[in-house]
Amino acid sequence: MSSSTTNTTTIGAMGAPSRRNTELAMLVFAVIIPVFAYANVGLALNDELPAGMLAYGLGLGLLAGVAHLVVRKFAPYADPLMLPIATLLNGLGLVLIWRLDQSPRLIRQAAGQGISNSSAPTQLMYSAMGIALFVGVLLLLKDHRVLQRYTYISMVVALILLIAPVFFPARFGARIWITIGGFSIQPAEFAKIIIAVFFAGYLMVKRDALALASRRFMGLYLPRGRDLGPILVIWAMSLLILVFETDLGTSLLFFGLFVIMLYVATERTSWIVFGLLMSAIGAVVVGSVEPHVNVRVMAWLHPFAVYAPNPPSWATTEQIAQSLFAFGSGGIFGTGLGQGNSDLIGFAAKADFILGTVGEELGLAGMMAFLLLYALLVERGVRTALAARDPFGKLLAVGLSAAFAIQIFVVTGGVTGLIPLTGMNMPFIAQGGSSVIANWALIAVLLRISDTARRPAPTPAPSTDAEMTQVVRP
Amino acid sequence: MNKPLRRVAIFCGLLVLVLMVRANWVQFVQAEELKTHDNNRRVAIERYSQKRGNIIVDGHAITGSKATNGTDYKYKRTYENGRMWAPVTGYASQAYGANQLENLNDGILTGTDDRLFFTRTIDMITGKGKHGGDVVTTLNGKAQRAAYEGLGSKKGAVAAIDPKTGAILALASTPSYDPSSFAGMSNDDENAWKRLAKDKDQPMLNRALRQTYPPGSTFKVVTAAAALENGKYEDIDEKTDSPLPWQLPLSSKNLVNEGNIPCEDATLRDALRVSCNTVFGKLGDDLGKDKMREQAEKFGFNDPEVDTPVRAAESVYPEEMDRPSNAMAAIGQFETRATPLQMAMIAAAVANDGKLMKPYMVDQLRARNLNVVEQHRPQEMDRPLSAENAQKLQEMMETVVKDGTGTRAQIPGVTIGGKTGTAQHGVDNSEKPYAWFISYAKTDQGSPVAVAVVVEDGSADRGDISGGGLAAPIARDVMEAVLESEGNR
Repeated sequence: MSSSTTNTTTIGAMGAPSRRNTELAMLVFAVIIPVFAYANVGLALNDELPAGMLAYGLGLGLLAGVAHLVVRKFAPYADPLMLPIATLLNGLGLVLIWRLDQSPRLIRQAAGQGISNSSAPTQLMYSAMGIALFVGVLLLLKDHRVLQRYTYISMVVALILLIAPVFFPARFGARIWITIGGFSIQPAEFAKIIIAVFFAGYLMVKRDALALASRRFMGLYLPRGRDLGPILVIWAMSLLILVFETDLGTSLLFFGLFVIMLYVATERTSWIVFGLLMSAIGAVVVGSVEPHVNVRVMAWLHPFAVYAPNPPSWATTEQIAQSLFAFGSGGIFGTGLGQGNSDLIGFAAKADFILGTVGEELGLAGMMAFLLLYALLVERGVRTALAARDPFGKLLAVGLSAAFAIQIFVVTGGVTGLIPLTGMNMPFIAQGGSSVIANWALIAVLLRISDTARRPAPTPAPSTDAEMTQVVRP
Repeated sequence: MNKPLRRVAIFCGLLVLVLMVRANWVQFVQAEELKTHDNNRRVAIERYSQKRGNIIVDGHAITGSKATNGTDYKYKRTYENGRMWAPVTGYASQAYGANQLENLNDGILTGTDDRLFFTRTIDMITGKGKHGGDVVTTLNGKAQRAAYEGLGSKKGAVAAIDPKTGAILALASTPSYDPSSFAGMSNDDENAWKRLAKDKDQPMLNRALRQTYPPGSTFKVVTAAAALENGKYEDIDEKTDSPLPWQLPLSSKNLVNEGNIPCEDATLRDALRVSCNTVFGKLGDDLGKDKMREQAEKFGFNDPEVDTPVRAAESVYPEEMDRPSNAMAAIGQFETRATPLQMAMIAAAVANDGKLMKPYMVDQLRARNLNVVEQHRPQEMDRPLSAENAQKLQEMMETVVKDGTGTRAQIPGVTIGGKTGTAQHGVDNSEKPYAWFISYAKTDQGSPVAVAVVVEDGSADRGDISGGGLAAPIARDVMEAVLESEGNR
């Protein structure tokens, strides 16, 4: 058994290096870069190194160190890039949020509502909780195939999580929060992972039926009616989410996720055609009927209508216009951290519109770097799916990666005016506890799958027969 | 399952690629447009983030900057004697944007102009911070004061230029406004702005540049120039073929003169001196509308882009009209319209021996360290009449002031040429006419100033409104101020 097997379908050749030291080296950069960024903001805003720099650097370093040690011990063959990328994004996100914490405009605005504008410490706490969940997943989930047992429980939990926000009051025009006491979570972020587990388990069982029992019609394989059932249910559900929770992003995310996983499971292109067709129909119908969605589409088509002397009734917010101004004003190289005016976007500047700050202060160059980091993370996820040896692992890994990719597309597309704006968080960098915690869990599951995939097969136990033959020596 | 997986990998890559293309589109292709978008508050934030450069008259800044306590804008524009200078400076308001010089030279005043790149870089390295440059105007403070105070509470405008160079010396418009009153963002600023916008007297209208009036009899100078240039008459003292009464062509109506004045077969000199409608109306008709228009256009009419750099409204000599209308247009009625600046240009071209210089009011743009970024060089705009004919016309205009309708513009010891005008307007000429006066002064070194004054005064009695009575004294004061400041008196 040589260690240099060049098999393109699986990474996990026997005796593959664990790459844990690579990960550690990358993690050092992933901690140092945000610390420099933090210093940069401090110097730009107050002409001095920020007082919390050491604590911040130590905090981030500690979190990264703990995560690394846990991976080294419990998932030694896991992908070496995901943890550093996630740490870097999380660290830079904290810097961006801290930078916006210092904005006089946002401080004044928050004071007007009687709340504090300081979000970075809370976000650091959420990041720590995220890492804790990451550690927990790696410790408790020794093998991802265990999740397969919970296929239908996952379905129930996911449905509850998705439906629950309907019973809670809407915030900023969308029902995507569950508020208990002063504490609110965005269940969709967690549902994203759980529903991927359900899809992976369900499709693994049904893939043959869905793929083979079909009639050929006009060059497409039409599935049987009873096999079509689940896709219709999911489709209807995502539309219901859209209508009752007015949450465009989540609905798009779940439907896209399902179509992609269905396609991977069945290898049937017809599912993609179906999926696109149905989402197009759904989007057009809901877009023209449901007022909240309609408003968002109009605001996307005419971002500057709000400035007209007599703005139309749907033009109520200048968020998109301000976001576009931020991106445009950043230009190629940006103004430099702390020196832009992305806070003009207003209260959502730290959350949905955090990329506006990236675009304005780090410029096009910074945007490209961020997008590349996300792309790399997604592609490492898909690579994990390719490397996985079991269909469930493949489906789960590709589902999680695709969900991540769709979320990035929907958020970035929304804030840059490519598609209508949806209320979703940019993973890892945007303010919001649910998002950062759930995404750390997502990374943990992917790491677990990649560890299983790359782990060398146990050496065969020495057989007793071999011993016997050895005795017979001249 | 690996084939679809690879496809999903490509699909995810494409999603990110699309985002990258979009980011390039927004941040590179559309960047400039978004950066300078009217509603992008960064423009104003930048504009007021440091002390703004100043607008300079006679080596003295007529603008300033004052620190404020707002979070968006650190400084606010202030103006020294804002009402008097508003037609020159325009305004720069945190809430309402900027116009005129404040807007056109915003790059220099804010310090973002590309030509300041070097200075800006040096300042950045030496840690001085960004600072705007100054706009040095050609205006003459004394002349401007004479013009503004001369207009007083009357409604009107004055434009004075240096005929030799085209440099604008005075640019007054009344009623005026104080641009300081809405330079900030407060409620007071908003109220001031709204009040000004609603004011029936339109105080924010720059009458000297942006308002056109029927020029009335002052336009006869153009008609006289056309007659001389086209060889209709060569000697200004030869009798013209001018019957009295004179019937408008293709019409049963007579063109009448103001009062009983000796216009029958009057010489050009006399016809201008007493302002004969009949003589000049017939001259216009004899020359025809095309030759008249050609002459007017050489003086700057029908040019929509007279930029000083603030763009003046287009003065018009109509193109399509019948003969009687042309005869009326030739005496500055019908649809002939001119800005005060245009009429000053006419006087200037005559005074400058037929050479019309392009009017301008920005002499130089300079960086904070006084390095000159841009220096204006006088340009010839056109040559509406030959030196010989210009001198004949000068004689005629000087006669007007010596013993004609413009005697009130006389300045002892200085040669003054001028022409009065009383322009009818409104339906059936029912409204109070505009009083006009255009003139120039001449010394041994040529002519230092040409001026046009228009007074649209509703408060005076109709009979009293005449160019010679209301407008000529203002023109005289402006010319005197220029002569004094240049040491000619």
